[in-house]
Amino acid sequence: MAAHSARVLRRGLFWQLRIALLETRFQFLGYLRLPAFAVPTLLFPLFFYLFFGVLFQQGGVSLTAPTYMLATYAVFGVLAPSIFGFGVGLAQERDTGALLLKRTTPMPTAAYLFARVGVAMIFGAVVVASLFLLAGFAAGVELHRWQWFALAAVILAGVLPLSAVGLAIGAWAKQQAAVAVVNLLFIGMSVLSGLWFPIHMLPGFLQDFANVFPAYHLGQLALKVIDLDLGRPLWFHLALLGGQTAVCLAVAAAGFRRFSGR
Amino acid sequence: MSSEPHSTAPLARLSGVSHRYGDVLALDRLDLEVREGEVLAVLGPNGAGKTTAVSLLLGTLTLQTGAARVFGSAPDAAEVRLRRGAMLQVSGVPHTLTVAEHLALFRAYYPSPLPTARLLEMAGLQEIRDRRFAKLSGGQKQRVMFALALAGDPELVFLDEPTAGLDLDGRRRLWDEIRGLKAAGRTAVLTTHYLEEADALADRIAVIHRGRLIAEGTPEKIKSRTAGRVVRCVTKISAETARSLPEAARVETKGQHLEIVTAGPEALLRRMFQMDPGLSDLTVVGAGLEEAFLALTGDGAGADGGT
Repeated sequence: MAAHSARVLRRGLFWQLRIALLETRFQFLGYLRLPAFAVPTLLFPLFFYLFFGVLFQQGGVSLTAPTYMLATYAVFGVLAPSIFGFGVGLAQERDTGALLLKRTTPMPTAAYLFARVGVAMIFGAVVVASLFLLAGFAAGVELHRWQWFALAAVILAGVLPLSAVGLAIGAWAKQQAAVAVVNLLFIGMSVLSGLWFPIHMLPGFLQDFANVFPAYHLGQLALKVIDLDLGRPLWFHLALLGGQTAVCLAVAAAGFRRFSGR
Repeated sequence: MSSEPHSTAPLARLSGVSHRYGDVLALDRLDLEVREGEVLAVLGPNGAGKTTAVSLLLGTLTLQTGAARVFGSAPDAAEVRLRRGAMLQVSGVPHTLTVAEHLALFRAYYPSPLPTARLLEMAGLQEIRDRRFAKLSGGQKQRVMFALALAGDPELVFLDEPTAGLDLDGRRRLWDEIRGLKAAGRTAVLTTHYLEEADALADRIAVIHRGRLIAEGTPEKIKSRTAGRVVRCVTKISAETARSLPEAARVETKGQHLEIVTAGPEALLRRMFQMDPGLSDLTVVGAGLEEAFLALTGDGAGADGGT
């Protein structure tokens, strides 16, 4: 007994980190082996950007459109792994009971969440890197070095608030419902947040409505790096993004409480 | 139900536990003890409350009334999780990972896990270690879940209906593996609705019916209490008279046949042939669990599989 307690106390952060990395590795492997997830996640943003951001704009002389769309399609690129991984992945593991089984083990909850965010970040990083290469070499987008880095940092940090949206769905919906809800939100939020085409092309009331979407604020933050945003202050987007994340986490927590109370 | 005196404190215990799902009372003041080194079978029909009881001991369900302790702590305490393993009634773990990968992940949760080779051997998974979970048969999946329950080299293992949905061969194989657990000195709690399974594996059986503990003891004791045989025949002996026979646990008239549930069919029949040498159309069959529950509950309500 005493030896056990001592061993428990000696573990801690290092042990948690080791599990977190292993969870990340296996979740990543799992998704790689799921072409229905991996292929669209990695290729859709590239195709869309190539089509709308590059080929469509060939006639014009302006480089603004490819630059603008680089920011918004990069946000679009991290949206899918964030909300599908959490929303559908979590709902699935809850439905099959895999999550229940893990709750009987010493697996730290933080390690599990770390892994899901980590996997979304890895997929997101691959998409962002591919988009940057495409933009820099094929579309002739020119940015300062700090802008490339800042853009990448803002967008990858965006995995966190977007994951919170997925978490809230995954904590409540059954797998079938989660697939529908996440798909609807994925397409709807992309269009209405101005990720597919510039937000100022939407009617005014829809531009106001976009404020409810974390993806809109993230898009504006990314556009701020290249000075193409609508001009709202930085704190405005950060505050709303933070508030929306808090709401999503509260909704998720309530879902998990209900799940264990049954 | 009283239990025999024992020297060591129980490894796990439910005391006076009641649990409700909405209007349904799943557990009704249940007391249950798991003693060190034993295989305890929790036996009952579907909906008796077995899984609820196990979920409370695993801490995956929030306790409503009563007390639940495992290793002297709350069932979901971090230290308890390190020393306990569980095989739940779940459809599985992520399909895209292989058997070996799942084992690697679960082993990492524990400070001194069993070696992978040992786990593969104990659960008979050597040949399919690199196969993805999705490609496994039902029996193979159950064996993987069994291996995951043992990954941390637990002192106490919960097996919730481990053989549900398995064919005879699969069931026998898993039985062998559960026997191996006992040989290795582990304590195990097994839920089942097969008396045969409880009898084959357990040192002690706790019978749960409608959320209450209605019988508890060694398999022999339970089998004798559950009046093991049904004698069916056409006879002049009246149901009334048959009921007065000491061997008859329960008597029923079915058309022109008389059905008697008994623990001692030989003695009963000897007596009946003396009373009615013309006794005819005789069959003696093993009592199913339903008869067993009828005998135990004695209320005629039966094991209707209700909640």
